[in-house]
Amino acid sequence: MSGRARIVLKSVVWGIASSPLLLLLYRFLTDGLGANPISYATNLLGDTTLRLLLAGLALTPLRILFGISWQMSLRRLLGLFAFFYACLHFTVWIAVDHFFEWGELIPDIIKRPYITVGMFALTLLMPLAATSTSGMIKRLGGQNWRWLHRLVYLIGLLGVLHYLWLAKKGVNDPYLYAAILAALLGIRLWDWVRRKAWWGLLRYGFVAAIR
Amino acid sequence: MLIRRAPDIAPSEITDYRLYLNRRSFLIGMAALVLTPPGPAAAAAPPAGEPLPARRNEQFTLEDPLTSFENITMYNNFWEFGPNKDDPSRLAHLLKPRPWTVQIDGHVARPRRYDVEELMRLFPLEERIYRLRCVEGWSMVIPWIGYPLASLIKRVEPTSKARFVEFTTLHDPVQFPGQRKSLLSLSSLDWPYVEGLRLDEALHPLTLLTFGLYGQVLPNQDGAPIRVVVPWKYGFKSAKSIVRIRFVSEQPKTTWEKAAPREYGFFSNVNPDVNHPRWSQATERRIGEFRRRKTLMLNGYADQVASLYAGMDLRRDF
Repeated sequence: MSGRARIVLKSVVWGIASSPLLLLLYRFLTDGLGANPISYATNLLGDTTLRLLLAGLALTPLRILFGISWQMSLRRLLGLFAFFYACLHFTVWIAVDHFFEWGELIPDIIKRPYITVGMFALTLLMPLAATSTSGMIKRLGGQNWRWLHRLVYLIGLLGVLHYLWLAKKGVNDPYLYAAILAALLGIRLWDWVRRKAWWGLLRYGFVAAIR
Repeated sequence: MLIRRAPDIAPSEITDYRLYLNRRSFLIGMAALVLTPPGPAAAAAPPAGEPLPARRNEQFTLEDPLTSFENITMYNNFWEFGPNKDDPSRLAHLLKPRPWTVQIDGHVARPRRYDVEELMRLFPLEERIYRLRCVEGWSMVIPWIGYPLASLIKRVEPTSKARFVEFTTLHDPVQFPGQRKSLLSLSSLDWPYVEGLRLDEALHPLTLLTFGLYGQVLPNQDGAPIRVVVPWKYGFKSAKSIVRIRFVSEQPKTTWEKAAPREYGFFSNVNPDVNHPRWSQATERRIGEFRRRKTLMLNGYADQVASLYAGMDLRRDF
């Protein structure tokens, strides 16, 4: 891809990824956040985090399924935006919703599974954000870096679990996110399995057997 | 940080009601002169409905300022329309609250099907200001209009077999899109929505059979044309858009109990000491306020209703 095309692509992704924050600011300034502004902001920021995580996790499946790779350069951008929104989501919850009432917050983090997994996911995002620069990739070495960044699969699972566990019955979105995540991880698994030598042998044996 | 003290007098009590409703469009109009912001205009408050005159019952008022009509009608939990807070106001026009009948049956001496118009005129309507505490941790202060459910119950004469009252909400996927089944409805409640009270709870003078709020007939998104309001219980116990009131001898199996028995008990009394398994119930956000406030035992009605639960373990019978 040409340098110009890459700049255009990244600008578009920047625009899309920052639009939820701009929407939030616009609604804040025009008194349009509704009856429960804090809850609205928390939900919007959390939703955006999950969407960006899933978008980041969709890049490799696109390569596997369609053999295209121009989108791979967006991984860092999407990942860092996801981290940014996760931090905002957490900050609104701690600082605005609960006003640093640690006496309530700490027991909640320990006792409420959905909060525990959310905190865990955010904690795991930190080393990934910290090692996202090209310098850090070099310093860690490609292989180590790749291993470390596979944590994002776990983070995706924890993020979706966080939403599943907090939603009330009748709310569909978390199940939709879970289905998308399952598909994105499933494609990777299928790709991994089919590239294994034993899989070819097994399939050969199976086909031979049913003939 | 500025911490706003709640005013002693609600703005709605000073300003003319219609002007009060339009205060935001007024402010937005002023701002628009200066800013002319891009994009769609902020959603306006729904139009005022048909007036429903009622005398305020001074026994049931509160110091707390009223939640605005706009917030009461645009921030709703009414799963029949959908699980998002703006689904009910967005889709409210689909519900046809007239003509409407309510079947009253079960263990009563005088079972009957009432037209809602007739039901509304059986007893004098009064305005009562109640707190409403949602199980999700937010609350409002609402001027409801209705009469005690006890008046109606006495009229239909429950027999000695009647120990519980069961309320059923309209089941009609045409009027209630949230009841429609689709491939994507992966998680859904059992319809129709069923709620219930013990007979002594239903007979309690606080339990209000409700036809209106803020001086007008109930907006569709608030449970038109007829609902109950049980102010010391979490909001979902107050059944909306009721089509049937049945007197039964067994404790009714309620919708949320069926959906998540560990989370929503039959009683579901507001109780800051008994947490929802997934979140704390110690505090709540009053809509319109910035800081959370402490949730009151039985939503602040403990001196009136605690005796109903004497000798009961409220942790077990949550």
